[in-house]
Amino acid sequence: MEKKVLFEIKALYRDDFRVTGYSFGQGEKAACIVGSMRGNENQQLYCCSQLVRKLRELEAAGRIREGKEILVVPCVNPYSMNIKKRFWSIDNTDINRMFPGYDAGETTQRIAGGLFETVKDYRYGLQFASFYMPGRFVPHIRVMKTGFEDVELAKQFGFPYVLLHTPRPFDTATLNYNWQIWETKAFSIYTTTTEEIDRVSARQAVESVLNFLRKAGAIDYDGFEGYVSKVVSTEEMVTVRNRSAGFFEGKAEAGEHVRRDQVLACIADCYEGEVIGEIRSPIDGTLLFAHAEPRVYQNTAVYKIIPEREEW
Amino acid sequence: MIETVVQVDLPADEALRIRKLRLQPEDGGNGRRISVVTGIHGDELEGQYVCYKLSDYIQKNTDCLRGTVDIYPALNPFGIDSITRGIPAFDLDMNRIFPGSAEGDMNEYLAAQIVRDVAGSDLVFDIHASNIFLTEVPQIRINELHADRLLPYAKEANVDFIWIHGASTVLESTFAHSLNTADTPTLVVEMGVGMRITQSYGDQLFAGIVHLMKRLGVWDGEDFDVRTPVVSADNDDVCFLNASASGIFLKDVNHGAALRTGDLIGRIVNPLTGAVIDEIKSPADGWLFTIREYPVVSEGSLLGRILYGKESSV
Repeated sequence: MEKKVLFEIKALYRDDFRVTGYSFGQGEKAACIVGSMRGNENQQLYCCSQLVRKLRELEAAGRIREGKEILVVPCVNPYSMNIKKRFWSIDNTDINRMFPGYDAGETTQRIAGGLFETVKDYRYGLQFASFYMPGRFVPHIRVMKTGFEDVELAKQFGFPYVLLHTPRPFDTATLNYNWQIWETKAFSIYTTTTEEIDRVSARQAVESVLNFLRKAGAIDYDGFEGYVSKVVSTEEMVTVRNRSAGFFEGKAEAGEHVRRDQVLACIADCYEGEVIGEIRSPIDGTLLFAHAEPRVYQNTAVYKIIPEREEW
Repeated sequence: MIETVVQVDLPADEALRIRKLRLQPEDGGNGRRISVVTGIHGDELEGQYVCYKLSDYIQKNTDCLRGTVDIYPALNPFGIDSITRGIPAFDLDMNRIFPGSAEGDMNEYLAAQIVRDVAGSDLVFDIHASNIFLTEVPQIRINELHADRLLPYAKEANVDFIWIHGASTVLESTFAHSLNTADTPTLVVEMGVGMRITQSYGDQLFAGIVHLMKRLGVWDGEDFDVRTPVVSADNDDVCFLNASASGIFLKDVNHGAALRTGDLIGRIVNPLTGAVIDEIKSPADGWLFTIREYPVVSEGSLLGRILYGKESSV
C-alpha cells in the first residue's frame, strides 16, 4: 500500500488541504474508488476505510493481481468533514458539481480538477454516493444513462438493485457523469445511510466492491456472491408524498415489500398529538427509499417504491 | 393585491408562502405584464430595494398603469429570513431546481408553481446580487441561446454592462433558463453585493424597469433616460482573476475602475507572518466590473473580472 497526496492547497490558518489516496498493486489503472465528497458523508468515508483495511490485507497476502493497480480515495473534502459542514467551508459550493474541474478556476473547481486528473484514466470508477433527502435506502448501484453506461457490468456488484438514472442538467457536473464521458466505466454505490454509520450495510457494500474487483480481474478474493440484481429506471419508481405536515411515524422501512393500500406511515400534529394523516402505498412494490426524520413538511417525497413486476 | 403563489404547510404551526404583489388598473388593464422577481438566493438583497421602490412608485401613480406588474420579492423566504443562500434544511441551491415538478418533492413543487405563475409575462426581471464575496457593477447576463430575443430589452434596462455568455448544461436548471425556454423573456440582473443594499444601483435599475414598462405599454407615466451599456459577446473579452494563494485579500481599487496594464488591484497578505503573499496586477487595459469584497480567500478564489479594452458605459 502506498499512501499519497493526490491534491493539495496551502491554507492561511488551517492545516493544508489534502486529498489523500491509497494505492494497492502496480500496473494498469484498474479501479478507483472514491468516498465522501461532502462533509456529512460518514457512511461513505467509513465504507472506504473498511475497503482500505481489506485491500491492505489482500495485498499483504499477495492477492492483488499482478499488473493491476487499485486506488482508494476515502475523502475528497476533509475540510468540510472536520468542521461538520456539508459543502465547501468558505463558499458552500459542492465539489460534486464541479467536475471535470478547472485547474485555473475557483477553489472547488481546482479540487475537482486535481482529483479528476488523477482518477480519469482508471478503467472502473466507483463512488460511494449520498442523496440530499434525509432517509434510508435499499443498497443499490446507480448508473447514469449517458450512452456509455454498462448495465450488465453494474449487475456484477451483486446489489439487490441497479438503478438507471436519466441525468438532469446538474448531473453533468458530477464525478460519475464525467467519468463516463472520459470512458471510465462508472458506478455510484448507495448504501443505506449518509450521516449515520450502518456497519452491516457498509460491510455488504465493501464485500460487493471486492466481489466486483474479483470479477474485473483485479484481485483474488473468495467472498460474497451477492444478489441477482434487478434493473429499474428512475422513471419507473413511484414517489409517495404526504399531504399533512407534522411528526412522521414510519411504519415501513426501506427494503420492505409492501402491498397496495398498506399504511406506510402516520403523520401527527406537532402541537396536539392527534394523527392527522395516513400515508398508504399506491401500489404493490418494494420500498427503495424511506424518509427518516422526526418531522416532515407537507408534500415531501417520503417513500420511493419500485413497482412489482410480473417477471419478478 | 397580495396573492399567494404557492403554499406548503410546515410541521410547527407555520406555512411557507411565496407571495406576490399584483398591481393593475381597476379594469384589469391591457393584458400586458411585467414581472419583477428576486430572492432566489437568500443572501442577495439588492432586489429588495428595487421591489420596494417599484411598488411604492406605482401605487402612488396608479392612474398611469395600463397593464399588470407582478412583484415577487422573496422566492426563497426561508433563505432571506435566515441569511442563507440556499434553501435551509435542504442545503439546496434553489436556482438549480427549475423548472421543478408538480409531482416532485416539496422544493421541486414550489419551483414548478412559481414557473407556472410567472410564465406568460411579457418580460421578467430576475434580480440577483452576485453573492457575499463579490461586488458587481449593474449588469445583465444573457445565455447566448437567448441573446437575439433578450438583447434589445437588456440594452434599455439602464445597466452598465451586458454579458452574453456561453451556453452551459448546468445552467439549464435555472429559473431564467426555464422561463426563456418556455418563451417568457427573462433578464438576469446582477448588481452590488450579497447581504447589502446599494441604493444607487437599485435606483438605476428601477429607472430601467420603468422605462421598459413604458416601452411595453404597461405604463403611461413618466419615463427615464437610460444609459448605453457596454456589451460583451466574446468570452475571450473577460479575464478572470483568481487567487494564487490562500490569505487575506486587500483591495486597492473599487469595482468599476478603469485599469491600465500593471495597475495594482489588490494584495493577498498573511496577518500571521506580516508577509505580502501576492500582488494582483492588471494583466491588460480594461474595466474592472467585478471585485472581491469578502477578504478571506483560498487558492483559486475569484478576486475580480476585467473586460479587456473597455473603460465603462458612462
